Amino acid sequence: MEATAAPPSRPSLKARRRRSSTLTGRDRMWLWLMVGIPAFLHIALVWIPAGLTVALSFSEWDNLAPLSDISATGFRNYWIIFTIFEGDLFAALFNNLMLVVWLTVCSAVGMLFAYLLDKNVRGSAIYQSIYYFPVVLSLAVVGFIWKSTMFSRDRGLLNEIWPGGPVDFVGDGSKLFSFDVPFLDPALGLSKNFAALLVAMAWRHIGYIMVMYLAGLKAVDPSLREAAQIDGCNEWQSFRRVVFPSLRPINVIVVVITVIEALRAYDIIAALNEPRGTDVMGTLVTKSLLGEGGGRVGFGSAYGVVLLLLCLGFIIWYVTNHYRESEI
Amino acid sequence: MLGSRKEPNNKSGNTRNPRREMTKSTESSHKRRGAGLNRRDFMIGGTAALGGAALLASCGDDGDAAPVATTAAPATTAAPTTTAADTGPGSTSLGSNYSGEKNREALAAAVAATGVETMINTIDHNTYQENFNTYIQQPDDCVSWFAGYRMRAFAGRGVLGDISDVWSGLNGMSDGFRSAASGLDGKQYFVPFYFYPWAVHYRKSLFADNGYSIPTTWAEFTALCDTMAADGITPLSAANDGRWPQMGMFDMLNLRVNGYDYHVSLMGGNESWESPEVKNIFSTWSDILPYYQPDANGRTWEDGAGALREKETGMYLIGTFLTSQYTEQEVLDDIDFFLFPEVNPEHGQDAIEAPIDGFMMAASPDNETAAKALLGGMGSAPAIDAYIAVDPSVVAANSNADTSGYNALQQRSAEAVGSAKYIAQFLDRDTDPSFAADVVGVGIADFLGSPDSIDTFLADIEAKKQTYTFE
Amino acid sequence: MSAVTLDGRSGSESAGFDPELFDQVRLRRAQRRGSKVKPMRMLLHGFLVVMAIGWLVPIGTAIYNSFRDYATDTRTNGPFAAPETLTLDNYRAAWDVGEMSKTFGNTAFIVIPALFLTLLLAAIVAYVCTRYSWKFNIVFLVLFTAGNLMPQQVLFQPLFQFFKYMPWPDFLSDTDTGNLLGTKIAVILIHVAFQIGFCTFVLSNFMKTIPKEISEAAAVDGAGVWRGFFQVILPLTRPALAALGTLEFTWLYNDFFWGSVLLNQGDERPITSSIAVLNGQYGSDFNLVAAASILIALPTLLVYLILQKQFISGLTLGASKG
Repeated sequence: MEATAAPPSRPSLKARRRRSSTLTGRDRMWLWLMVGIPAFLHIALVWIPAGLTVALSFSEWDNLAPLSDISATGFRNYWIIFTIFEGDLFAALFNNLMLVVWLTVCSAVGMLFAYLLDKNVRGSAIYQSIYYFPVVLSLAVVGFIWKSTMFSRDRGLLNEIWPGGPVDFVGDGSKLFSFDVPFLDPALGLSKNFAALLVAMAWRHIGYIMVMYLAGLKAVDPSLREAAQIDGCNEWQSFRRVVFPSLRPINVIVVVITVIEALRAYDIIAALNEPRGTDVMGTLVTKSLLGEGGGRVGFGSAYGVVLLLLCLGFIIWYVTNHYRESEI
Repeated sequence: MLGSRKEPNNKSGNTRNPRREMTKSTESSHKRRGAGLNRRDFMIGGTAALGGAALLASCGDDGDAAPVATTAAPATTAAPTTTAADTGPGSTSLGSNYSGEKNREALAAAVAATGVETMINTIDHNTYQENFNTYIQQPDDCVSWFAGYRMRAFAGRGVLGDISDVWSGLNGMSDGFRSAASGLDGKQYFVPFYFYPWAVHYRKSLFADNGYSIPTTWAEFTALCDTMAADGITPLSAANDGRWPQMGMFDMLNLRVNGYDYHVSLMGGNESWESPEVKNIFSTWSDILPYYQPDANGRTWEDGAGALREKETGMYLIGTFLTSQYTEQEVLDDIDFFLFPEVNPEHGQDAIEAPIDGFMMAASPDNETAAKALLGGMGSAPAIDAYIAVDPSVVAANSNADTSGYNALQQRSAEAVGSAKYIAQFLDRDTDPSFAADVVGVGIADFLGSPDSIDTFLADIEAKKQTYTFE
Repeated sequence: MSAVTLDGRSGSESAGFDPELFDQVRLRRAQRRGSKVKPMRMLLHGFLVVMAIGWLVPIGTAIYNSFRDYATDTRTNGPFAAPETLTLDNYRAAWDVGEMSKTFGNTAFIVIPALFLTLLLAAIVAYVCTRYSWKFNIVFLVLFTAGNLMPQQVLFQPLFQFFKYMPWPDFLSDTDTGNLLGTKIAVILIHVAFQIGFCTFVLSNFMKTIPKEISEAAAVDGAGVWRGFFQVILPLTRPALAALGTLEFTWLYNDFFWGSVLLNQGDERPITSSIAVLNGQYGSDFNLVAAASILIALPTLLVYLILQKQFISGLTLGASKG
């Protein structure tokens, strides 16, 4: 068998093809299977269902009825969500947007934590563990802890220390700020209970991001920093000019994590019972596709497609950038 | 990912929550077998029913509940993959949402009383409801569920088994229960187990110490609220976490302000939510909002119960499952309730909410014989007697049940339901559950958050209603 | 992008590392620190301590109160009061009522096979894509990476129907319904399909750092595709697999969504559903539910504490690229 592995440095496309063709037929078959089976599984259980959801969004179907009952309705479901349920839809989209902004801020805080811990602080391993541990908790647990222990109006810790009397962190859907949008009622804005939820999310997100940056910082060539210091750069300058640029690979991953987590957010809100004012796309989709209302598959799928498009748009942006730079 | 999916209506724990209604009237002679019953017939039929069952005097002398297990009878057609041909009906399975410690134990006792070998598969109450739509596509042989629209919604979609033959062997079930258990096709799909009324609960000692008397009219009720407030007591416990508890208040106000018939019509999607009648519900509601505990939207019903126990609040409109929150005997003995006061003299206090819980059979169970034997058994007196011996917070559906051991609250419950002219169930049992939870429930939460927004959210509900089809 | 490898030290060579200069600088820096940076250090420590306390309050309160009785102690005395008595009763009750011996078992039955399959398949794909020139390897990597970022709820309805209509022999499953719905296999499959994306991405990044010459040498020695994988690449990938395995373990273990929507039978449910049971039942007994939360969190916390290094490198592996 004169099977050859790929050459160390990537040759031209043509050269590569030639090489592969030197594989034996059996090896080639194995290669196909090795990639084909996992790929099939992934495509069949992830991409095809996603495509089918798109198709279902143009139909009307009660999921207890046989598949033959699916009937096409064109854009009716979209018309419904954009003209009748638009209050719910845009409020949810706005919350997702708030999440993107907020988690980005949290990511910056995570970077700050990492930067501080990277300064040979005594006990940094302990700090690191403490900041990080919420990430390993199940969101069911996180939801319970925040709702019952921290937020509960009558029994929560936050209300024991909050100045000026108890606040309904869970149920108060009134807006902290809001602005009118033409054709949209009620106004868009950040509700108080969603703001409280953001705190719980930060609890989890900051540690996650911190760890990513810690590893990134360890990889920054120390001599570069020293050199910067010798050159008279102050802390901020050396961070901005030397450290931050060398963190670029981590930055990319962090952006992906942050945006995707913000778009897909669901669990912790569901764990709090989705109080009024805290709906995001994830909860809207789940509410209308699952649950007793699961009979309205087309309607729920239309919500799903909105979420899917948001995620896909971002994914495509990321993937094209990522792979363009790295390979081809 | 945690994801408890959805958000059902009822986030209660050990309680089932009320939904659905039926009524009672004297003329209950219904041709319920007739194929084309309409929704309205159901309601009226329901009416008559409960009452009878509830009456302590147990009107029914139909003899002892025959152990229906034997009646279970030869299944229909595509029947049993029965394993045990010769020795009884064999074994079956029951999907249960009786997840509270007490409920679970009580249910096990009830199942044991039927003598049918059954594997009970318990899922916590909320998850069970949230996932019912998918669960019922591959269920256990028998499943626990709620009577009324909420049952019919599934019966009409062909996922439930016809158990009319079980009904023909049931004794002690009134006609009202039969219609509450029937689908639109006139066949029975449900075996009622028990029910429990919603009423205004209070602590007797608090009322006695302060010299409060039971209000029967709206004026007396609001006056009492004023007095309590002046005495430094928050008049009303108010919870709405999960967005179902305040549906009870909405229903009671609707029944008192507009009457039972309007309730049925509104739930059936036949009335406009922007009508003066509906606005009237909310403006009446506004009268008592100042007496609510603040921030109802974020409070769990359990926390509302805690406030009542501590006498921080004076009254609490909730189902009788309230008592499941209390463990101290002294508190339990101190709890009583009164009927929601009259608002519109035309309707007096003629209606009450008393949701019915029970069991259904899957469309194609593994062992139909055993499943029907189990359902027959659960519908009979021995099973509910065994249940109530463990969990005495409910009232038996079967009129042959032994009521001699009822505690004071159970007796009052039975009386209250027995003397009501109309018996409703609950908002999310009386209409499309998704409409109830995702549209009406949301509107009510908005109302509690900003009571001035009545016109806005009612217009929203009305618009969204157009996208639902009602039965 | 430079590679961040497991030992966290990549790239220094290429930057022209000069040990001598490094030592000098270190010395100078130490001198400086000795003199004036002390107050800043104190400030830094102060900040970190305050934040750490803030971080611990939610879980710390839960842990503390899980050892107290709710009705007789916490409710009347408040969550911070000194305990009247400390008890394990909450844990006992949570274990029994949540049927944790069963649900832990169910979770193990899902997580272990899913973890094993995910890592194996992802390693194979990564191997083929990085070691062989493969016409589609970019396509695959893109597909896998993107698939892993999809919102799961959106996939639910078609997947549910697929499992419902997919015939499946009963002797290969834990139910007798003739299809995949309600089986742990369905949950394992969707976990594998989903997680394979992320794992392939990470492992292929890692494998790119293994010199190609190693594979070539093996090939010259006559190793075929499989031997090249199992005997050459897989052993070298072990650190990455350990890291990824730790991370994936916590993700799969913590899954609530698929476990609860696909497993409708009560006795099939995973551990994460136990908290829903307890919350529904003892919603007002915070301490009991807190005990349950901690029991549920224990396996992941232990894995995290014991394998912290692997865990963290697992997270950051994704950031490295060849």
